[in-house]
Amino acid sequence: MQKKKLGIFSFTCCEGCTVVFIELLNNHFFDYKNRFDFVSFRQLKSNNKTGKMDFAIIEGAISTASEKKKLLEIRKKAKKIIAIGSCACTGAPSNQRNNFRPEIKKEIEKQVKALRQLKTIEPLKKYVKVDILLNGCPVNITQLEKAMEGL
Amino acid sequence: MHKGNFNISLKNISKIEGHTHMDIAVKNNEAVSVKLKISENKRFYRDAVKGMGYKAAPMHLARICGTCSPAHMSCVCEAVERAMNIRISEQSRALRELLLLGNIIRDHGMHLYFFCLPDIFGVDSVLDFDKKKDNLIHNALHVKEAGNMLCNAVGGRAVHPPFANVGGFNELPSKENVREALKELKEARQYALDFIDTFFVKDMSFKRDTNFVALCGKGFSYIDGVIKTSSGKVIEEEDYREHLEKVIIPYSNASAFEFEFKEFMVGALARLNLNKDELEKSTRKDCSRYLKVFPSNDIFHNNLAQAISVVNAIDKSVKMLESMDFKKEKIPEAKLGKANVGVGVIEAPRGTLYHMIGVDAKGIVNRSEVIIPTSQNVIHLEKSMVDFVNAMLSKGISKEKISMNVERLIRAYDPCMSCATHFLKINWK
Ligand code: SF4
Repeated sequence: MQKKKLGIFSFTCCEGCTVVFIELLNNHFFDYKNRFDFVSFRQLKSNNKTGKMDFAIIEGAISTASEKKKLLEIRKKAKKIIAIGSCACTGAPSNQRNNFRPEIKKEIEKQVKALRQLKTIEPLKKYVKVDILLNGCPVNITQLEKAMEGL
Repeated sequence: MHKGNFNISLKNISKIEGHTHMDIAVKNNEAVSVKLKISENKRFYRDAVKGMGYKAAPMHLARICGTCSPAHMSCVCEAVERAMNIRISEQSRALRELLLLGNIIRDHGMHLYFFCLPDIFGVDSVLDFDKKKDNLIHNALHVKEAGNMLCNAVGGRAVHPPFANVGGFNELPSKENVREALKELKEARQYALDFIDTFFVKDMSFKRDTNFVALCGKGFSYIDGVIKTSSGKVIEEEDYREHLEKVIIPYSNASAFEFEFKEFMVGALARLNLNKDELEKSTRKDCSRYLKVFPSNDIFHNNLAQAISVVNAIDKSVKMLESMDFKKEKIPEAKLGKANVGVGVIEAPRGTLYHMIGVDAKGIVNRSEVIIPTSQNVIHLEKSMVDFVNAMLSKGISKEKISMNVERLIRAYDPCMSCATHFLKINWK
């Protein structure tokens, strides 16, 4: 059987959802290794590519132009995008500065600029079509496990 | 031999926590500068937490980092409790310790088995091992899962544990979960012990005279103790506040940093160097051959120290779980009415973690400071890297090999860039 190509990507977030995925590997490592060819998984390998893939699992919200560009590229190359965790699905909590009071927004304005961040931090669906949304902070491990079965 | 000037630029360094790059400038065959670059994903937690009620602060600030969230959680709880004069019970203290022990097992496990093991066997990724290594991976996963189960039992979850709270734990571990975690921990012990030899690598070494710093407690506690340094300083609990202020200021003022500490290093290596006599008796007995290595100033021994710490965390948590009978208690309430500041200090997997929380008379957070381990190590890391690269240049080692070894040394420090994105200033040297 041809292995499915799977990419794991991480944008602006605490990376807790990838940690949940890594904990899932405790019981599914050999199974996933047999079923998937991990084309991108920065936590586990170097030489990560954004080539053609069957699935892209993405955590995190989009905070910079380069992240946005990368997301659009992933969308072009991936048959399905699975957003994991509330940062990817809704933007929160990584997007909290969007809702800061005006005084605090002013205080952090300089830093936001220096960091080359976009005006607001947004969930994936703001920029691309997302096929599967798995919400939660972090993503629920049982739901993720189920979703992996279906891929 | 390399001629003249060139740069080594490592983009998107893999197999560490978070995103980062490193630039090394070589002039006349000598490394002149090394910069670890942070990415742009800051999320402004310290600003966001201002205006929140004190009870919400820990779970919010724990979102700084998914990898060591139990550590952030416990540390912020401690800071809030000190600010609000809340005394937690012995049982809560024990649960907090157990949560951190579980976190040590799974986090050191992830670093050792997933990030470092491939380096040792000369493959790129844990995904690239052939069938012959299936057993080894199986054992590694077993140890990691034991830590995961301990976190699940005590915290309700390994990432952002919901049971942990200001004042104590709002749910107690169920008998069944404790039984399962105990079984898994006991089975994993031999594997964890066998792995120590794997991480006692002899092909890589980098020694550097270093001031190590760690919170050193009785029974190798990750939450209680005094801060010790290998230069002989001892900082008592009541002086944390002053100490913390001094360590925070340096982020805007490099000279203050040099004044207080000079560069230093925190983490598993520092803990073993300063406090190895407090390890569990069974750990000391079964690891005696390797414990002779410490104190060590070889940075690569950080991995060895982590591997030993995993065994100790298993031994200690088994002992605690077997002797404890968890009873429902009332979580102590805070007394409002006075503005105050509290400091939490704990040992996170990567080293000493500080949180400072200020509250007003109504218990609303008005100040939040945090110092994460990676930001304490970064100056040390950069300076080490200059010497490390120069030693290789003088031996005529190829640029490719240098890059590979540089990555290995970065990984030995076990940096966590998810944390670091928030608190490093953009232009530090
Ligand atoms: S959803 Fe929560 S756990 Fe997941 S990356 Fe975002 S902050 Fe971290």
